[in-house]
Amino acid sequence: MTPAIELSDVRKSFGATPIIRGVSLAIEAGTRQALIGPNGAGKSTLFNLITGKYPVTSGRIRVKGADVTDLAPYEINRRGLARSFQVTNIFTRMSVFENIRCAVLWSAGYRYSFWHRVSAARAVNERAETVLEQLNLAARRDVPAGVLSYAEQRALEIGITIAGGADVILLDEPTAGMSRSETERVIALIRQVSAGKTLLMIEHDMSVIFDLADRIAVLVYGEIIAHDTPERIRGNAAVQEAYLGVPAEVV
Amino acid sequence: MSTPVATRPFAVAGVARAARVRRYGLWLAAAVVLLLLPQSVRTGTAIAVMNQMGIAVIFALSFNMLLGQGGMLSFGHAVYFGLGGFIAAHVLNMAGRGAIYLPVPLLPLVGGLGGLAFAVLFGSFSTRRAGTVFSMISLGVAELMAASSLIFDKFFGGEEGITTNRSKAPLLLGLEFTRDRQVYYLIAFWLFVATLAMYAFSRTPVGRMANAVRDNPERAEFVGYSQHRVRFVSFCAAGFFAGIAGGLFAVNYEILTAENMGLNASGAVLLMAYIGGIGAFVGPIVGAVVFTFLQSMLSDYTGMWLLYLGILFLATVLFVPMGLAGLLMLHAPVWRARRVGRLLGPYVLTGALGFVAAVGIIGLLEMVHFVAAGRTGTRRLFWLVVAPRTLMPWLGFAALVVAGAVGVRWTGPRAVAAFAEASRPGRP
Repeated sequence: MTPAIELSDVRKSFGATPIIRGVSLAIEAGTRQALIGPNGAGKSTLFNLITGKYPVTSGRIRVKGADVTDLAPYEINRRGLARSFQVTNIFTRMSVFENIRCAVLWSAGYRYSFWHRVSAARAVNERAETVLEQLNLAARRDVPAGVLSYAEQRALEIGITIAGGADVILLDEPTAGMSRSETERVIALIRQVSAGKTLLMIEHDMSVIFDLADRIAVLVYGEIIAHDTPERIRGNAAVQEAYLGVPAEVV
Repeated sequence: MSTPVATRPFAVAGVARAARVRRYGLWLAAAVVLLLLPQSVRTGTAIAVMNQMGIAVIFALSFNMLLGQGGMLSFGHAVYFGLGGFIAAHVLNMAGRGAIYLPVPLLPLVGGLGGLAFAVLFGSFSTRRAGTVFSMISLGVAELMAASSLIFDKFFGGEEGITTNRSKAPLLLGLEFTRDRQVYYLIAFWLFVATLAMYAFSRTPVGRMANAVRDNPERAEFVGYSQHRVRFVSFCAAGFFAGIAGGLFAVNYEILTAENMGLNASGAVLLMAYIGGIGAFVGPIVGAVVFTFLQSMLSDYTGMWLLYLGILFLATVLFVPMGLAGLLMLHAPVWRARRVGRLLGPYVLTGALGFVAAVGIIGLLEMVHFVAAGRTGTRRLFWLVVAPRTLMPWLGFAALVVAGAVGVRWTGPRAVAAFAEASRPGRP
C-alpha cells in the first residue's frame, strides 16, 4: 500500500546549519503516528518541509504517492494534506464560524468564485456547522476568533485543519499549554476526527502519545533514530538515552 | 444564551428572516432615497455636489475592497479611476464622432473595463506581496503613470487634459444628459448597481477569502488558497469599480486631466475611506459623503479647507481609528440595551467643549492665514468681525482653545467611562 507520507533522504539547512540531516520516513496510510524528540530536534521544521512552507535543501517528499517536493502549501493542501500550527494561526478578525467555513471552501469546489453567494453554499455551511458542533464551539459561533480563550483557539486551530476533509492530518503540539481536562477533551476530539485517516502528530505529553499512537517516530538532531510501536520505543535504549532520559518518566 | 437547545432552530430561522427583510428593506430604502433626493434640493450647486458624492462613494468603496477587505494599502488607486476615466472620455469622443455606437448610460462600463484591464496588468505583479511591498509598488505605479502622462500626451492631453461632450453621443431610449439633474440619475443608477455588486462580492467565496488573507495569509495557503491569487482577484475587482467611478467622472465633468489619477487623488480616497471607517462596508460611503460635503462647503469659506480635512484625518487616525461608521457601530450594543440616554449628558458636554476648542483653533488658523497672506484690516470669522493685526482676537481665540482643551481633558475620560459602563452586558 502506498504510504500517506514518504520522505526520502530529506535534508534542510538554514545557511550553513543543517537542521534536518537526511530523514527517510514512511507513514502508512490510515495510521495514527506521533513524532517526538527533544526541543530543537527539527520536528516543526520537518512539518514545514512536508507541508511546503519551506523548500527542502535536498531529498524528495511524496504525499499519497505523488511527488510534492516543489509544490506550494496550497497545492499540497489541495491533495488532501492539512496541518495545524504550534502557535495558534487563525483568522483573528473573522467569526469562529467563518474561520471554519474558509477552511471548507476550496475542498467544496468553490475555488476563487465571485459568482456564488457563500450564504447559499449549503453543503459548505452545513459542514462548517457540523465541525463547530464537534469542536464544542457552537455557542461561540459569531464571536471574532481573536477573542476566544486559549483553549478555544487551540480547538479552532484543529477545526480549521480538519474542516476541509483532508485525509492526511498533521498536528503540531495540539495540547501544548492545556490543563489535564482540556487535554483529555482535545485528545478525544483528535481521536474522533482522525478515525479512518492518517494522523501525524508532534506531541510532548507521553501519556497522550502512548494512548493514541500506533507508531512513534523519534527525531533527534535532525535524524530519525527510531520508528516503531509504542511498546518497542519504550524499550529502546537509544531513545531512552537520547530523549526520554530516565525510564521512570516513560511511565 | 439561555434559549433551550430544542427551540433554537426556530429562533434562528426567525432571526434569519428578520435579517433578510431588514437587508432588502435597507437596499430598497436606499434606492428610494436616491430617487427622491434631487426633489429635496433647489439649487444646481446641490445637485453638482451630490453628483460628486456619488462618484466619490463608488471610488471609496472600491478602494476599501483593497484596504478594508483585502488588507492592501494602495497609494495609487486613482490610477485605475483616472485610466478608466480617460478611456471613457476617448470612447465618448469616438461615439460623438459616430465612429462607434455607444450611448452615455453604458459609458461607465467602458471605464470599468478600462480600469479592470490595467488592474490585471499592474495587479499581476503588485499583488505578489502584501504589506509594505504592495504599498511601495502601488506608489511606484502611480509615479509611472504620472511620468507616462507627460510622455503619451496624445492620450492624456498634456496640461489641458482630454475634454469630451456627452451631448454628442447617440441616445439610448431617448435619455438625454444635457443637465446635471439628468446626469444625477445616471450616477445614482450606477452608484446603486456598483454598491450592490461590491457588497455582493464581499459575500462570495473569494470575497470571504480576501478577509482571510488579510487576517492571516499563511493560514489561507494551508486551507488551499494562494494568497497571491486571492489578492489579485480583489485587486482586479477594485480596479473595475474604480474605473466605473472614473467613467462617471468623464460623463459628469466632461474633462479629465492627469491630476485625476495623481497622488493627490489617491490620497483623497484613502482619507475618505479612513474617515468613514475601513472596518465596515458602509464606512467608505459615510467617509466619501462627509469628505465631499466638507470639501465643497469649506472651500466656499476658506482657502485652507485642505488643511482642515488633513486635521480631520489626523484626528480620526489618533482618536477614532475605527472611523465614523465604526464609532456608530460601536454604540449598537448600547442602543439595543436602550441606554443611549445615559450617554447623552457626557457626550453633549464633551462635544460642546470640543466645539469651543475647535472654534478657537479655527480662529487662530484663519488669522494666521490672514496675516501670512499680507492682508490688513478686518475680516468676518464666525459671528464676529475681527482685526487679526491686533492682540485681542488672538488672546480671545487662545482662551477658547485652552478652555475647550482643559474641559475635554476633564470630561473626555468621563464620557469614555460612561460608554464602557453603558456597553457592559447585563441588566441595567
